[in-house]
Amino acid sequence: MRASAARPRFRRMPHDHDHYHDNELDPMAARAKALETILTQKGLIDPAAIDAIVETYETKIGPRNGAKVVAKAWSDPAYAERLKKDATAAIASLGFTGRQGEHMQAVFNIADTHNLLVCTLCSCYPWSVLGLPPVWYKSPPYRSKAVIDPRGVLAEFGVSLPAETKIRVWDSTAELRYLVVPMRPNGTEGWSEERLAELVTRDSMIGTGLALEPQAA
Amino acid sequence: MNGPHDLGGQMGFGPVAPEKDEPYFHAEWEKRALGVTLTSGAMGHWTIDESRHARECLHPADYYSSSYYEIWIKALETLLKRHGFVMDEEVAAGKALGSGTTPKRVLKAENVAAVLAKGGPCDRPVEAPARFEAGDRVRTKNFHPTGHTRLPRYARGKLGVVEAVHDGFVFPDSNAHGGGENPQRVYTVVFSAAEIWGEGADPTLTVSIDAWESYLEPA
Repeated sequence: MRASAARPRFRRMPHDHDHYHDNELDPMAARAKALETILTQKGLIDPAAIDAIVETYETKIGPRNGAKVVAKAWSDPAYAERLKKDATAAIASLGFTGRQGEHMQAVFNIADTHNLLVCTLCSCYPWSVLGLPPVWYKSPPYRSKAVIDPRGVLAEFGVSLPAETKIRVWDSTAELRYLVVPMRPNGTEGWSEERLAELVTRDSMIGTGLALEPQAA
Repeated sequence: MNGPHDLGGQMGFGPVAPEKDEPYFHAEWEKRALGVTLTSGAMGHWTIDESRHARECLHPADYYSSSYYEIWIKALETLLKRHGFVMDEEVAAGKALGSGTTPKRVLKAENVAAVLAKGGPCDRPVEAPARFEAGDRVRTKNFHPTGHTRLPRYARGKLGVVEAVHDGFVFPDSNAHGGGENPQRVYTVVFSAAEIWGEGADPTLTVSIDAWESYLEPA
């Protein structure tokens, strides 16, 4: 895998590949490794804890968590109501809690209003339901443009909303973390929560996408 | 501070360029960067506010030419040096050369699941009654502090409406600098795009921020 596609386009790379091996470290890889080595030698960190953290975010905490929340909200009006009133508790009731999800709020897309999440100041993101943020979410192009030209941003994601649709951008400047509940697609009446969850993409819960149409799932 | 991190409304960065089927990490070292940042933070010697401020204090040229994990590692070096865990000579040598600050705690692998599941709630009780209620018109302060703040430049001195009143939260502007938690209530404040961006603003757009009480004045 080449790194160039993932790097912000404005960035000049000192090195155009991202693999590393012990005797030829990328400068940043070397810097990260130096810190880990020093801290480990001093007994300040446990390298196995790093492995456990990485494993958690690679295999346990990701956007499938959020998709379950959304699918349940689509299927169960009482749950949707709880999610609206106290998202932290409603999400915790499905087992999703913790780091960067301590104070949750769910925002619901409706026919005339589309919600979009951003953190213009850093990279605040609802980890407990969406996992680690994608590179673009943390990078200057998105963070700069989402608050001033959200339709332009949406167009880059292939999303075109009717001209009269209201757009609400939520800049996560404090410790509240947001989850967009996209609109339930037509033609999904009677679907199980498991089947509905398949329609809920990560981007649809950030607001840079819509839920998939049934035929696309 | 009016740092490189405060990006809302800036221009010229090019397309967002979402990556299809993006992997969680783009290189092995990014995994270690995530883990070393979280395990170092778990020692308990600095707050999330101090770590955010360390990142936004990177020189703008450095900030804009760094990926986010690079920003994390560069800021982490600052924090570890500032708090006496690591010396410059050690970073240069890539190995420990002496002792340093004794950590309050060390995160062991067997405790990772519990620590991540618990998180770090930042809400705190506030005795004083809320100064504003939903529906109130407010104006954000126009200030340019040299320290940490979470009021973005694009939303300073702007007229908005309180949409929601939240609990008290740790005040980052003081907490980032060791000045204490000083919790204040937080409000979701909504602005029209015309108020923020003026001429040519998208008439269908509103933008909200979450603002600590001292960022706001009645309007």
